[in-house]
Amino acid sequence: MKRIKWIFGLAAMVVTAFACTTGTKPSLAMSPGDKPASGATVKIDNFSFGPANITIPAGTTVTWTNNDDVPHVVTSDDNKMFKSKALDTEDRFSFTFTKPGTYNYYCAIHPKMTAKIVVQ
Amino acid sequence: MADFIRDNNNKDGIDRRGFLQCMAWAGTGVLYTLHGGILKSLPLAQGAAGGMQMEKMKGADFSFIQISDSHIGFNKEANPDVTATLQIAVDRINSAAAPPDFLLHTGDISQLSKPSEFDTAEQVLKSAKASRIFYVPGEHDVLTDDGKQYLDRFGKDTKGKGWYSFDHKGAHFIGLVNVVDLKAGGLGSVGSDQLKWLQDDVRNLKSSTPVIVFAHIPLWAVYPEWGWGTDDSEQALGYLKRFGSVSVLNGHIHQIMQKVEGNVTFHTALSTAFPQPAPGTAPSPGPMKVPADHLRSVLGISHVNYIQGHHSLAIVDSPLA
Repeated sequence: MKRIKWIFGLAAMVVTAFACTTGTKPSLAMSPGDKPASGATVKIDNFSFGPANITIPAGTTVTWTNNDDVPHVVTSDDNKMFKSKALDTEDRFSFTFTKPGTYNYYCAIHPKMTAKIVVQ
Repeated sequence: MADFIRDNNNKDGIDRRGFLQCMAWAGTGVLYTLHGGILKSLPLAQGAAGGMQMEKMKGADFSFIQISDSHIGFNKEANPDVTATLQIAVDRINSAAAPPDFLLHTGDISQLSKPSEFDTAEQVLKSAKASRIFYVPGEHDVLTDDGKQYLDRFGKDTKGKGWYSFDHKGAHFIGLVNVVDLKAGGLGSVGSDQLKWLQDDVRNLKSSTPVIVFAHIPLWAVYPEWGWGTDDSEQALGYLKRFGSVSVLNGHIHQIMQKVEGNVTFHTALSTAFPQPAPGTAPSPGPMKVPADHLRSVLGISHVNYIQGHHSLAIVDSPLA
């Protein structure tokens, strides 16, 4: 128990130091009671996104991983909101969805590959 | 190979059984001649693959080679050395007694549009004994900079995203781009700008002019479920309806496919990099793994002969082994 208190103390010191040096809210530092940063993953296998439809809370970072032997390009339907570079095998791409809404996306070079993210 | 067409009630050189046999021969060296919508085939002996196939056909006015889907930079299990197989393809071209008038590369020169991949491809293709190489891009060639790098290297003096036409010994060649600005849920796309250009390009041609169209993604619905088709191909081909002879040469699907529709003959070429599965026979159209000693027999190039006065081209699909 003593050890845990010491760790909390150290964490608090780090948070304070971070806050002092940047002058902004230390959003990345965790303090007791905070939820861990949320994330969701989408895998690309056999020319398809899986899961093809996901529902996530606002603020979630989605990470796509390409498991195919061919490159894919993760692109929002409007071609503006997000677009990855060409993802080679095992390459990843992440995007954080901050606003609620329904976001359709596809692969810019294999447009038959379509999927959807619902942000609540 | 000793087999032959036994039932030929229509006297057209082909029946269903024979056609299926032709399809089975595809990939082992088959000479296809397409005259006025009638497909005729002649199997070529394996032993003659290096000689007879690559010669210009007797009586041909000119010939050219179609090469496709080199995918330089690909290094996965389906073919860890795509540069070597491209070099073999070039060696095959160079071993012909009569060199082709030119080469057509129907796209996917590179795997990831990397400068080093384009450098390697250019280096290998430069050693081909051909006066000129004409290109159209595949989707793998326009992954960065909106295709600017492709245009700088392979598409100088072209229109728009890389389309153009040229005339050669009485035939009109049209290189189309159907791999850019693809819409979610769709297939390959020619696009309104290019369609307008195409309509203008052929406006003043005589209907007797043989027209040869080449583009990366098939301009016919090979298998839309896998994206093997082009959304507005009907509109593009509509501008060519009045011509007596139209040939369409594509790549993208890494296997030989053909179709005859009226005066239009469609043909897709083998890749020099790796094969892809037949439509619907695998979970996805990704690279197909075959035993290493079998690989070269499913890669290849197409030797295309043009004979004046004939309705269509004679195409010899020549595997690398």
